[in-house]
Amino acid sequence: MSNKLIIPCLIVALVFGACTNNSDSSQNSSKQSAADMVAEGKPEVAEITAAPKVPAPIGNRPPKKLIVNLETTEIEAVIADSLKYTFWTFNNTVPGSFIRVREGDEVELHLKNAANSVMPHDIDLHAVNGPGGGAAATFTAPGKESVFTFKAINPGLYVYHCAAAPVPMHIANGMYGLILVEPAGGLKKVDREYYIMQGEFYTKTKSAGLLEFNNDKGNAENPDYVLFNGKKGSLLGANTLEAKVGETIRLFIGNGGPNLTSSFHVIGEIFDNVYVEGGTTVNHNVQTTVIPAGGSAIVEFKVNVPGEYVLVDHSIFRAFNKGAIGKIKVTGDANPKLYKQGGF
Amino acid sequence: MQTLNCTNKADSSFYSHFKMKISYLLNAAILIIFCCASSSCKRQEEVLTSLQKEDTQIATSAFATNVKMQEIKGGYYKPFYSSDSDALIKVEPFLMDERPVTNAEFLAFVKANPQWKRSAIKRIYADTTYLHNWVSDTALPKNALPNAPVTYVSWFAAKAYATAVGKRLPTLDEWEFVAMADETSINARNKKTYSNNILNLYLIKNRQYNAVKLSTPNYWGIYNMFDLVWEWTDDFNSVLINGESRSGDYNDKNLVCAGSATSATDVLNYAAFMRYGFRSSLKANYTISNLGFRCANSISNKTK
Repeated sequence: MSNKLIIPCLIVALVFGACTNNSDSSQNSSKQSAADMVAEGKPEVAEITAAPKVPAPIGNRPPKKLIVNLETTEIEAVIADSLKYTFWTFNNTVPGSFIRVREGDEVELHLKNAANSVMPHDIDLHAVNGPGGGAAATFTAPGKESVFTFKAINPGLYVYHCAAAPVPMHIANGMYGLILVEPAGGLKKVDREYYIMQGEFYTKTKSAGLLEFNNDKGNAENPDYVLFNGKKGSLLGANTLEAKVGETIRLFIGNGGPNLTSSFHVIGEIFDNVYVEGGTTVNHNVQTTVIPAGGSAIVEFKVNVPGEYVLVDHSIFRAFNKGAIGKIKVTGDANPKLYKQGGF
Repeated sequence: MQTLNCTNKADSSFYSHFKMKISYLLNAAILIIFCCASSSCKRQEEVLTSLQKEDTQIATSAFATNVKMQEIKGGYYKPFYSSDSDALIKVEPFLMDERPVTNAEFLAFVKANPQWKRSAIKRIYADTTYLHNWVSDTALPKNALPNAPVTYVSWFAAKAYATAVGKRLPTLDEWEFVAMADETSINARNKKTYSNNILNLYLIKNRQYNAVKLSTPNYWGIYNMFDLVWEWTDDFNSVLINGESRSGDYNDKNLVCAGSATSATDVLNYAAFMRYGFRSSLKANYTISNLGFRCANSISNKTK
């Protein structure tokens, strides 16, 4: 080893060290400042939406006090073709309502359990700093209501789910959704935003046309259905998502699990931006992004060529045999510079 | 206290006197907890007095029930949640109603004990949905079967009813001991179908509107352990699955543990998870659409 090498090494080490320190301290200070942000004004009832819709972006507004109303229900609804399943839900949909707040917002969450529920339910929001993510404060018997308040201080896209015993069963029955905490100033404006959540279902026949949870299959991690938005074909046919050539699409994708990690891919597109694991790090030019059970990702891509783009879990049997498939239809003028049939 | 107008407890010996005193102390303790929780400690004494008055006024001779009690021989059982996986709990022989208390029976109780009417009930004993589906104070819900289990009753109301018929609520251990049985054996927990069969029953909605005793009794001759209603037990909150049900450690009481795999003796017994979970979500004044009760008694109190 010569001395010539040592100096560059030191410089690299210093720069690297400085960078690491920098990002650490910026992380801490942003967290600190979000906790100190004051949410002014009277509490407002937050707009919440069923998939694939999302509420309006937060834009440039200051922190607010928001009231979020969720109701836990146990309902029969179509899971595939003419088959029904006994879902457990937040607000009667799988996934549950999309919640959209900004860092510094204070959220008063009302969790009502429907009077005709068989089971108690609660909610664990991964966006919450506190015991059980709220579960410890929201364990709610049928017909009752719980309220707890939290301040959103970490920007990102977070899963929420029921955490009542037996936890795997509550999640397997569809009790999950997403909460987006936007950074101050909001996410960059895009043309279209959609809410998609993957989850798998373990079933057995209860009666003609009605399926219910099968805990043996759940324990074996061997699902009958792997679905986007709780229903086979939820993003196909009349439900196909739409966009126009030249538009930028942002997908808020969650994975409720309960067991499987998703290999999320859009056939014929490359993700320009991926907010890795729903957090702050942005990766570029990604083909397939991993979304763990109980995790999320935000993907953004510009559609340049008209046609149908197929959303899949690229663990591909799940797409073509178990239902994890959807479509985006892009309309507009052909773009032969980027794509055309035939040769030069 | 000696005016307890209770034929079944006519043997008001010193011992039963003493027991009543203990039960008052327990009631007092519960009240103190409740009062403090609701930060209305001023009213504590007043409420306590009224509870005593009401207890002593419970009329028992004014109505009759014909529910058969089965003798449960007792034995050892492994609790679903235990601090020590080998710990066995001894359940002494006792008597248990063969079915849950019905609408008709509770109506008779309310008529005989007007302080338990819907319009007269104190909030501390039952929340706003107490008997709320009844047409009036003394009329059952429209279309309700008289012999369907009563629901929308609080733990206090269940306890008062049990007192009125000279019985008590089963303890959690007693209830769970009986719940281990299927039609043919005392302990079916190791049978593959046992938990799944119960789970199937639990997932059926609106089953509380069905009449009692239409299904098959278990080994002990006990009906409807799983297919109609959740049931109050005397110490329903002695095993708490935390709202945060995954922490897997024990709370201050040491009895109490969370709903995680580390502390459950049979992690695939989802039916038991659900039962313990349900109980843990309750407060003693809660009244719920699918929650009823049945009575039990100690062998020494057997009167017939």
